[in-house]
Formats: sequence, structure tokens, C-alpha cells
Amino acid sequence: MAVKVLKPGLATTVQDLGRPGYYHIGIPLSGAMDRHALVAANLLVGNDAGAAVLEAVFMGPELEFTADATVAITGAELPPKLDGEPRETWTSFKVKRGQILSFDFLKQGARGYVAVAGGIDVPVVLGSRSTYALGALGGFKGRKLEAGDELPIGSAGATGKDGRSVARDLRGQPAGMPTELRAMPGLYWHRITEAAGDGFFSDTWKVAPEADRIGYRFKGGKPLEFVPREPPFGAGSDPSNITDACYPYGSIQVPGGTEPIVLHRDAVSGGGYFMVGTVIAADMDLIGQLQPNTPVKFVKVDMNQALAARKSRSELLGKLHSALA
Amino acid sequence: MATQQIFSPLPGIFYRKPSPDKPFYKNDGDVVTESDTIGLIEVMKSFNEVKAGAAGKIVRFLAENEDAVMAGQPIAEIDV
Repeated sequence: MAVKVLKPGLATTVQDLGRPGYYHIGIPLSGAMDRHALVAANLLVGNDAGAAVLEAVFMGPELEFTADATVAITGAELPPKLDGEPRETWTSFKVKRGQILSFDFLKQGARGYVAVAGGIDVPVVLGSRSTYALGALGGFKGRKLEAGDELPIGSAGATGKDGRSVARDLRGQPAGMPTELRAMPGLYWHRITEAAGDGFFSDTWKVAPEADRIGYRFKGGKPLEFVPREPPFGAGSDPSNITDACYPYGSIQVPGGTEPIVLHRDAVSGGGYFMVGTVIAADMDLIGQLQPNTPVKFVKVDMNQALAARKSRSELLGKLHSALA
Repeated sequence: MATQQIFSPLPGIFYRKPSPDKPFYKNDGDVVTESDTIGLIEVMKSFNEVKAGAAGKIVRFLAENEDAVMAGQPIAEIDV
């Protein structure tokens, strides 16, 4: 069985839980920007939690099914339509051979996850089916989908049930305005003045339209003021430059001190921009659901708070598994 | 004659011209065909054309050049 791509959407890619283990040699994690939503979509259709699905950003694709299937769409409020008839998000439903799945305008969030029972059966590359488009690696031919593509669907004996759904409190989506992203001050915190550090956490930032899978850029806060220094060897004269270092997933670099960029699933692994801190693991999925112009505040936390938040996020995932067992 | 709205397909920044030094694609009152481009939406470092989607006459634009827009937001009205 296969799914034919009639219209690809803006940048629809095959993703699973990612490709950890190679970041130190420059190959990023990749995988879903909202991994909780990916797991939910898979469990709804009876797949393994980490099966490959489609990640559609801002705009849904148009897909034709060559055989009967069970599907579920989670994540953003990207309303599905089957042969033009509305269907619910966060709920599994049957698709008959020849039917066409399309989507209405995005209502909320940024990325929808389309799971098909059996999973998207593209080759496993370095342990993952995720697409890393910048490196032309994994996914469907290492790129975003195009009209005319035919996606193989695994058999895997998956017999998805329709009509299963995920309760609102188990969806893990961003709540409240502005969205709060918890962050720990980082190794280069000493590079900015105390006033600049306070401003970073008290200003309201807005998601820039450039934000993508590589990094989420934010605008609108005050430029950061740096502590004067003699540039160390290899750092260059710009005060936001450092001697090249590793970039953690979630790290917040601020080139020129003006627009913070949170590195995400397809990030570069190192470079010469200072990092003001790191968004905690528990809040990285939330970033994947932020549209351009969404107001955001960074909230300062310490290691204990970060670990507690991670535990609570992982308990939410546990509840999701139990609910859909 | 009915009035129909043209919606932004994407969230992002709306541009009424192909580049900063070019004139607007269309102005209030202009006649359009279905495949005419009426603007661009910038998001994720790409510029995506917005088509009229129907033949008619543009009554008026509802979004300004360089406005931040949401997916599904009406950006122009046309008489079809």
C-alpha cells in the first residue's frame, strides 16, 4: 500500500523520534519538532510510539490512499478533511482506498502530525527514518515531499482502530499567552551585563518568520549589552563571538546580541556565537508549535526546576501511553 | 455579483509586491484572473505566492503590505 502526494503543502517531511548519537560529528538529531504529538499520532493508530509519520508545517498536504487505512492527525489544529468532509484532529479515523485526505487552514499551533497505521516505510538511515533536508539524509529521498511522490506504508500487522482520541489534558500543547519557555542561563552568561540578563528574561519576544526546524528566531526584545573584553584567540571582534564551541540542542545563541535563536532538531552542532542559555528539554516540543509572531517569554529556571519539569513531561507521556494502551 | 474573500494560506508576513522596488501586484479595483498572483507570504525563509483563486475585480485589500498575517486570514475581497 502507498500514499500518493497530490499536493505537498509547504514543507512536509517524514519524521520519527530522531537520530541521536551523531551530533558530535555534525549530524543533528532531526525527528519531530513536537515529539509528544508524534507519539500520540502513532499510538492512536496502533503503531509503535516512534514509527515514522508526516510532519506538516503551517499547511497540510493533499494525499490519496491506494488502500484502506487508519490515520490520525495530532499536534497543530490543522483540520483534516476526507473527500472534503471534516474530520477531528487527535482522533483516529478510517480512510477507504481512493479517498483523499486534505486540510483546512491552520487554526492553532504550527505542525500537524499525520500517522498512518503501519508507519511510513522509508529506509532507515543511521538508525532513523527522519528527514534531515539540509543534509539530504533520511526520510523520503532526503527531502521534503513533492507532488507525485508515493510513500510506502509498512504492513507491520497494524490494525488501527478508528474513533480513539486523546483527551485535551494529555496533548501537551502550548497554553497561555505569551508562551513561556523555561531556560537555564548558560556557560557564556558572564558575557552580558546584569541589566541585559534581566532584560532577556523580562522582555516579551515574538517568533520571527524565519523560524524553522534548524532554529527558532525571536525578535522584539532589547539588544543585549556585552561586558567589554579583549577578544580571545579565534573569537573575532564582535562581542557576541566566542572561540568556536559545541552548540547544545536547545541552546540560545544571540548573534550580534539582537535576535535570540533557539537551536532545534535540524541544528548545526557548533560555531562561534555565544549562548545566553539553553531552553530546557521539557519545553522543546512547545517551540515546534509556535507560529510566526507568537509572543514568548523566557523564564529563568535552575537545574532542579529543569529536572522536575522533565520528570513531569515524561509523566505526561506515560499517561498518554496508558490512555492509549 | 457576489463578493468572495481571498485568504492567506500561511502564517507569516504579507507582501503586496514582488520586491521592495517594484509596484504592487494588484490595486483596489483591478481586474484579476484565477491564476493571478496578488501577493506573497514570507515564512521559513521562503516566499509563497497567493493566487486570486477566482476571476473578478478586486474590491479592496484587507491586509497592508508587510502586515503579519495568520493562516486563513482574509487579505482581499473580490467581486466575482
